[in-house]
Amino acid sequence: MKDAIGNVQRVLLLGGTSEIALATLVRLVGQRGGVRVTLAARPGDRRAAAAASLESRGMKVTEVDFEAADRASYEHAISASFDAGGDVDVVMVAFGLLGDQQRAWQDVDAALELVQVNYAAAVACGVLIAQRMRAQGHGAIIAMSSVAGERPRKSNFVYGSTKAGLDTFYSGLGDAIAGDGVQVLVVRPGFVRTKMTAGLTAAPLSQTPEQVAEVIVGGLAAGRQTVWAPPAMRWVMSGLRHLPRSVFRRLPV
Amino acid sequence: MDNRRQLAGWGRTNPSVANVQAAGDDACLVRLVTEAGRRGVLGRGLGRSYGDAAQNGGGVVVDMTARNRVLSVDVDTALVRVEAGASLDQLMRLLLPLGLFVPVSPGTRQVTVGGAIAADIHGKNHHVDGSFGRHVLAMDLLCADGTIRELTPESDLFWATVGGMGLTGLVLRATLRMKKVESAYCLVDTERCGGLDDLLARMAEGDHRYTYSVAWIDCLARDATLGRSVLTRGWPAARDQLPPKLRDHALDFRPKQLAVAPAVFPSGLLNRASVAAFNEAWYRKAPVERRGEVQSIAAFFHPLDGVGEWNRIYGPKGFLQYQFVVPFGAEDTLRRCIQMLSDTGAASFLAVLKRFGESSGGHLSFPAPGWTLALDIPIGAPALGGLLDRLDDEVIAAGGREYLAKDSRLPAAAVGRMYPRLDEWRGVRRAADPDGVFTSDLARRLGL
Repeated sequence: MKDAIGNVQRVLLLGGTSEIALATLVRLVGQRGGVRVTLAARPGDRRAAAAASLESRGMKVTEVDFEAADRASYEHAISASFDAGGDVDVVMVAFGLLGDQQRAWQDVDAALELVQVNYAAAVACGVLIAQRMRAQGHGAIIAMSSVAGERPRKSNFVYGSTKAGLDTFYSGLGDAIAGDGVQVLVVRPGFVRTKMTAGLTAAPLSQTPEQVAEVIVGGLAAGRQTVWAPPAMRWVMSGLRHLPRSVFRRLPV
Repeated sequence: MDNRRQLAGWGRTNPSVANVQAAGDDACLVRLVTEAGRRGVLGRGLGRSYGDAAQNGGGVVVDMTARNRVLSVDVDTALVRVEAGASLDQLMRLLLPLGLFVPVSPGTRQVTVGGAIAADIHGKNHHVDGSFGRHVLAMDLLCADGTIRELTPESDLFWATVGGMGLTGLVLRATLRMKKVESAYCLVDTERCGGLDDLLARMAEGDHRYTYSVAWIDCLARDATLGRSVLTRGWPAARDQLPPKLRDHALDFRPKQLAVAPAVFPSGLLNRASVAAFNEAWYRKAPVERRGEVQSIAAFFHPLDGVGEWNRIYGPKGFLQYQFVVPFGAEDTLRRCIQMLSDTGAASFLAVLKRFGESSGGHLSFPAPGWTLALDIPIGAPALGGLLDRLDDEVIAAGGREYLAKDSRLPAAAVGRMYPRLDEWRGVRRAADPDGVFTSDLARRLGL
């Protein structure tokens, strides 16, 4: 159970090596030891390193294999976490691929992979998590969307289309289960400097995973349904959304 | 029928959604208990526990307040038999005119008898009369197997239920020994104390002469005035101690709710500045010393009941109450805790200090001989969690404990260190309810 101060006891990270997810977890857990964390991710050094780093902060970590393209895999990861003996306070849906944009709109396999991981698997996981959280009558789901889903840009519209789908699904899910004591928080970050974006030129208002984590944890405590990171991105995107297409297409974004 | 509703405690902090069912007759309750699903069942009264003690997310919560009849009254022996959903307010309105007062009255009349047993509540008379459970002669408990057992203080299950936070079964009915009084008034002595040492000395020296005693401390006062406080102590007033105009209606008890707090207060209204100003004014307006003032029971015991839904003044983020007891001899811990609260400036209205007498015998009953301090703190200050965790450590090191009915944030590992009889209680509970049918958000959070 989450408590009055916002301390959590049990957390599930889907995409357990995501830098934003890990930074969010560290911030959420704070000083209290003993928080149980399930890291669902592909097996390997990155997951092991993430687990070790969380253990060193006093968390009790369980590693579970997770493959977003494999239904049996995510079904198992979610069941394993919810059946481990206590209520899950927070689930973070943080897996995703950026992909190669040029291939993604010209190669069927590349396009389908993005759709399968970023959208189809995210929706399926959302259905499963919502079922579990409704049954316990409380909890929070954090879904990692992106400003790329807000308005299609020619530089990453396939990725953007999957995030738009995810965003719509989780925003609607939040309304559907609002009466069940479950909070759904959709996070729309701008450019974040992580391994996923390594090598790309940083966009304006770029930020670190820790800055995104601060926004997420603040939004969680305040009971919000949507947060933008950085918060100013909301107004930037609001402006961009209303630009005529002929103008927007010519912007260097 | 599914009737999902969001429930929170009095502090309005961490709500959950449960299937809320109004209590019907015994047969109907038996059905609810025996047909409970995986998330179990919990009884709920008037929701005055501050945290998540009366919540059962995803499970069934039985609203017991419909079962509120007074079944029998014997004025000579002062014994009454009531249904568990009856409130202390109702008992006072009905029975004070007959010269019977509740044996233990907390700071609000708005608690049910079932809740009073489950939390083994205490009042200003704990140092002489003990907690609520000591005045319960028998109760009917609906157990997990669907049987209704009549329990008396000879049984372990009785004492696992007294202070057991509703986790042993549903209390259906109880027999209570009331307190005989000649009037609905108290004679009250008020003293102003400039600091903590002064206060503790006066209480230790004089409390035994009074039936009721409580001190209100300004936790924002610092340095030389640390622990400045107003001590009020009194006795039930005999009829001939009242002024003549009250004597003919000495047992009249018709308290009125003066106002209801609207739901418009923003969080943060109660901050360090506003609370400090309130505390200052309140301290200044108290007399330096006044003896033998006649106060009505409502004014003396339940000043906050004059304002309905007063928890709303803390705004939508809510608040918590922190209450602990440390044994006599641990005055240094008490002083350090007040110092830490004062240093952090965790804005709190007046904290309440009181001396506890003997424990009741409930395995998880909170009161134990020593000093108990209770304070309300609004949610919001980022340093609050860490401060309270450090206070926990102080309390545990002194051999003290915190009150589960107030708790909304203890770490699970702390409970066993505060309640040495926790394992014994678990054994009794397991025997009565092996599958854990009776459960709550509090039980899940603390792993009870």
